[in-house]
Amino acid sequence: MTAATRDAALHLGVLTLLAGLWFVLPTYHSGNLARIMVLAVYAMGYNLLFGYTGLLSLGHALFFAAGMYGLAIAMQQGGWSAAPGFLAGLIAALVVSGVAGALALRTTGVAFMIVTLMFAQAGYLTVLYFGAITRGDEGFVIPQAARSLAGIDLTTPANRYFAALILFGAVFLGLAWLVRSPFGRTLIAIRENEARAKMLGYDTHAYKLRAVILSGTISGASGAAYALLFGYAGATFATVQYSIFPLLWVLLGGAGTTIGPLIGAIFMFYLIDLASGVTDAYMLIAGVVLVLLTLFAPQGLAGTLRNRVWPWLP
Amino acid sequence: MTLLSTRNLTKRYAGVLANEAINFDLPQGQIRALIGPNGAGKSTFVGMLSGRIPTTSGSVTFDGKDISALPAHARIALGIAYTFQITSVFAGLSVHENVALAARRRLGRDGAAVDAKVADSLSRVGLADRATQIAGDLSYGHQRILEIAMGLAQDPRLFILDEPTQGLAESEIADFKTLIRSLGGATTILLIEHNMSVVMETAEAITVLSNGTVLADGTPAQIRADPAVQAAYLGTADA
Repeated sequence: MTAATRDAALHLGVLTLLAGLWFVLPTYHSGNLARIMVLAVYAMGYNLLFGYTGLLSLGHALFFAAGMYGLAIAMQQGGWSAAPGFLAGLIAALVVSGVAGALALRTTGVAFMIVTLMFAQAGYLTVLYFGAITRGDEGFVIPQAARSLAGIDLTTPANRYFAALILFGAVFLGLAWLVRSPFGRTLIAIRENEARAKMLGYDTHAYKLRAVILSGTISGASGAAYALLFGYAGATFATVQYSIFPLLWVLLGGAGTTIGPLIGAIFMFYLIDLASGVTDAYMLIAGVVLVLLTLFAPQGLAGTLRNRVWPWLP
Repeated sequence: MTLLSTRNLTKRYAGVLANEAINFDLPQGQIRALIGPNGAGKSTFVGMLSGRIPTTSGSVTFDGKDISALPAHARIALGIAYTFQITSVFAGLSVHENVALAARRRLGRDGAAVDAKVADSLSRVGLADRATQIAGDLSYGHQRILEIAMGLAQDPRLFILDEPTQGLAESEIADFKTLIRSLGGATTILLIEHNMSVVMETAEAITVLSNGTVLADGTPAQIRADPAVQAAYLGTADA
């Protein structure tokens, strides 16, 4: 089996598994999985920048929220339907990540982390400042009637699940292709040794900017889909917590692997879900598990599998 | 025809003049060695040629074009390849991928051409059987040789090598001399080198730097006979 067919088998296998799970999982878990798939899109967007390009952003909630509010405000205030609303979300995330990226990439390392964090905080405060439109912390609900795409009602559990799966699948396959392409390999080269990549003639700044914009736009697609499928937009999604989540998902699942973000998002979601069934101090349990994983599987779950069992894992 | 020239190229580090008004001309196809004692300013000079180190003043002309204002990646794209004095490979990637990255910038999406170029470059330096190894697992000498393969894969018009034989075994140095001579004529080579046997056996011309200025220029025989060079670099009998 060649590397390309093995990659394709793995990725199509994961998508087939997710599609099949709809028919066997109880309603509660399939509902969770729909949410996880949308959040995994966010994690995959983050992974492109962190796992493949080596840039640690602490401000991705800005891009997630840009997509979310881009769609939600266009639909709520502009009366747009879902498809142009989704497009508005993508464009909002694209513009915001282009501007934030162009400015933040003037810095590197810790300064890049701080600058992205500051941008995201500014974004959060902007959401609160325009409370008349965004309804601030309280947020607003997108009416059920508006949440349909090409005549398909996205509020039924089945349609919502498969809409999430289609978005997830498109991004999953697209990124799997991208990271094997010359562009993706150049991003990996920048992660490994930027000075050398530059001295091979690559305009590393331009590559990094494209990576930020692509990563931010995918994150925005996740935010827009979240608002569309679950019918709610609120300032919570712009807080620093939502910048940290994708970092945790990617670290847990395996940075720089294509399936890591999904694994990390599932793991973290159910860790919190199960822990909160045991005690109110569920973040304590989650914290201990995170520390253990970091100690014993610093490459994340998929990264550890790649090191120990399947070195071919993309 | 002159491929590369500099005029009054100067670098000042916080008051220290590392390079002072260097005028340098490198004809197309020549193998030129750049020698000089430690701290003479050799690496600073080639760093300014490749754009890795910003100049304080002066100009660099490549193939008739003033490239002084171009960033490093744009100069590399014009056909200048540069190997680092301190080994700088992609330690986490395979040997094949290291060289492919070098070839791909020019050959782009043509995967077959890239693979052919990688195979050719690796076999020329004798690393073909190590293509699948992780670069960071190679011995130091092999990493140095990998650097050279990454330069070859770019098919450079000007190949700048900063102390390429440092840390190589005698047999590898002999192979390196053969490789450099085989490139001569087609590729213009600027070689910083401390190993005098490499310099004397490969270079057609030598430039001697001392204290940031050009002390002498000439053929190997002229340089060997130059009393000023002997005093500054090779050592005098009464030193």
